[in-house]
Amino acid sequence: MSKGRFGVHGGQYIPETLMNAVIELEEAYNCYKNDVDFNNELTTLFNDYAGRPSRLYFAEKMTNALGGAKIYLKREDLNHTGAHKINNVLGQALLAKRMGKTRLIAETGAGQHGVATATAAALMGMECVVFMGEEDTKRQALNVYKMKLLGAEVIPVKTGTATLKDAVSEAMREWTTRITDTHYCLGSVMGPHPFPTIVRDFQSVISKEIKEQMLEKEGRLPDAVLACVGGGSNAIGSFYHFIDDKNVRLIGCEAAGRGIDTFETAATISTGRLGIFHGMKSYFCQDADGQIAPVYSISAGLDYPGVGPEHAYLHDIGRAEYVAVTDDEAVNAFEYLSKTEGIIPAIESSHALAHAMKIAPAMDRNQIIAVTVSGRGDKDCAAIARYRGEDIYE
Amino acid sequence: MSKIRKAFENGKAFIPFITCGDPDLETTAAAVREAVRNGADLIELGIPFSDPTAEGPVIQAANIRALKGGVKTDKVFALVRELRQDVTVPMVFMTYANVVYSYGAEKFISACAEIGIDGLILPDIPFEEKEEFLSLCHRCDVDLISLIAPTSANRIGMIAKEAEGFIYLVSSLGVTGVRSEINTDLTSIVKIIRENTNVPCAIGFGISTPEQAKKMASLSDGAIVGSAIIKILEQYGKDAPLHIGKYVKDMKNAVRESE
Repeated sequence: MSKGRFGVHGGQYIPETLMNAVIELEEAYNCYKNDVDFNNELTTLFNDYAGRPSRLYFAEKMTNALGGAKIYLKREDLNHTGAHKINNVLGQALLAKRMGKTRLIAETGAGQHGVATATAAALMGMECVVFMGEEDTKRQALNVYKMKLLGAEVIPVKTGTATLKDAVSEAMREWTTRITDTHYCLGSVMGPHPFPTIVRDFQSVISKEIKEQMLEKEGRLPDAVLACVGGGSNAIGSFYHFIDDKNVRLIGCEAAGRGIDTFETAATISTGRLGIFHGMKSYFCQDADGQIAPVYSISAGLDYPGVGPEHAYLHDIGRAEYVAVTDDEAVNAFEYLSKTEGIIPAIESSHALAHAMKIAPAMDRNQIIAVTVSGRGDKDCAAIARYRGEDIYE
Repeated sequence: MSKIRKAFENGKAFIPFITCGDPDLETTAAAVREAVRNGADLIELGIPFSDPTAEGPVIQAANIRALKGGVKTDKVFALVRELRQDVTVPMVFMTYANVVYSYGAEKFISACAEIGIDGLILPDIPFEEKEEFLSLCHRCDVDLISLIAPTSANRIGMIAKEAEGFIYLVSSLGVTGVRSEINTDLTSIVKIIRENTNVPCAIGFGISTPEQAKKMASLSDGAIVGSAIIKILEQYGKDAPLHIGKYVKDMKNAVRESE
């Protein structure tokens, strides 16, 4: 079995042209991950630039309204650039810089990873090109403008379904064209080894903080940790330091779109099967002939036909549970958190919040759940307004 | 001995690539027969995939056209079975790992052997991942073709030593597609390949003109052409086979001149 495996999942299923690039990346990462200077610099960026540690907020009104478990929100939405994506990007950009790269390329779905990458590139004086599905450039026009404002070039991808998977394919194609000066700053815990490991490590700061903050506030660990899953980077970040704490339920919330019994869904673990795509073996939504399915979700960030290999493994061994949340449920949660707590969550994060609203009432009042609010919802306001039949200008 | 060797026995080889089912399987069959009649030494048949990450726009579009036309893996197998009634040159499949994996690798590879496919090119299976498919290929006498790229550097020897059938040497960085110039130092790469194996080596990616084919064949054992042929299919549709035949004839002549 090749490197970078999580059970049967993971691996390095990429063209030969990219093999030396991922080997070089792995060597650089192994060299720097325990390097004191590198980690000090990253911690300074996390704290002074991105605003870490992010808050763990007790959502008291929501807790009382639902009448069950205590609900804590991990406020990744308060990070600089408005989502958890910055954690991974600062790590990778710093690593790329140490490797002598001068140019970052990235894919983006909702635009949060693209904005984060453009931000890091601006900060570190690097060139930046972001690939974004044309459909998503329309759904997330504000983020396209932000990326350009930050100095990045945004290339709309018109192939396939013109969404996240096509943006990933196009970024991979671009990387094969230009390797020497370019680092592919992959935004989720997916793709070929070492990306799933690198991205997980940089995102694991989320669970490290939840654990410390929860022990400080409650003197004990939560009973459940919830996060939304597209590729799964905020979820693996939220789960990682709890994996060995077997009493903590880990719940990943996938996008069911219009329902897992319809073709308009992006719930990979509920509806996909084992396959090989985008550099990894994992679960994918696909047809009987192995053609990748055109998935759908209201959330551009969860609109992906695969899932990171470590999630596939946590599902296989039963350590984490994966549930599917529909567009309707997510939109309700989006509105609910806005009205109840005065926090407008990203539509992606709203999938996790929707599931928390489902399970909290059935839990005891002395139980605790932590929900990661992976991003803020400003970017989604126009789309949600349209979903409710209201046409607004951004 | 590998059945693919036959393609390299009559001097330098010309290897056309055709996406199965673009625009339909009847046209594919006619195009293959025209290519063989005009001197093609080995046929590379593409089984379409929804998201071909190693392909440029031309072959991506061919994949989409073929899938829209309703091509399924089993229909491609039936096409090959029908072609094998009279086509005797070696034929290989070029597709993506998920097409094979989803069908069931064992079932897929034994079907290849049964219908007369001599090799398999999987651009998203590098050296490190080949074992999963290689043991099945060995059992069925189907060659798993290795690719070597301009960036392979210290990996060339390792890959060449274990290569079977032929080596697919990728001419340039990037994805498939017509290029005006090929600037890679292919001579040095071929030299390392030769030091490590006597398996033939053909160059592909970016070749479209007879001059390029002649030059690439002079550096190696043959030239592979994909996008330029797909462009003919894109332009002429069902009428493409005769045009492909003429194109193959010119290219084969150019390749011969390099000997």
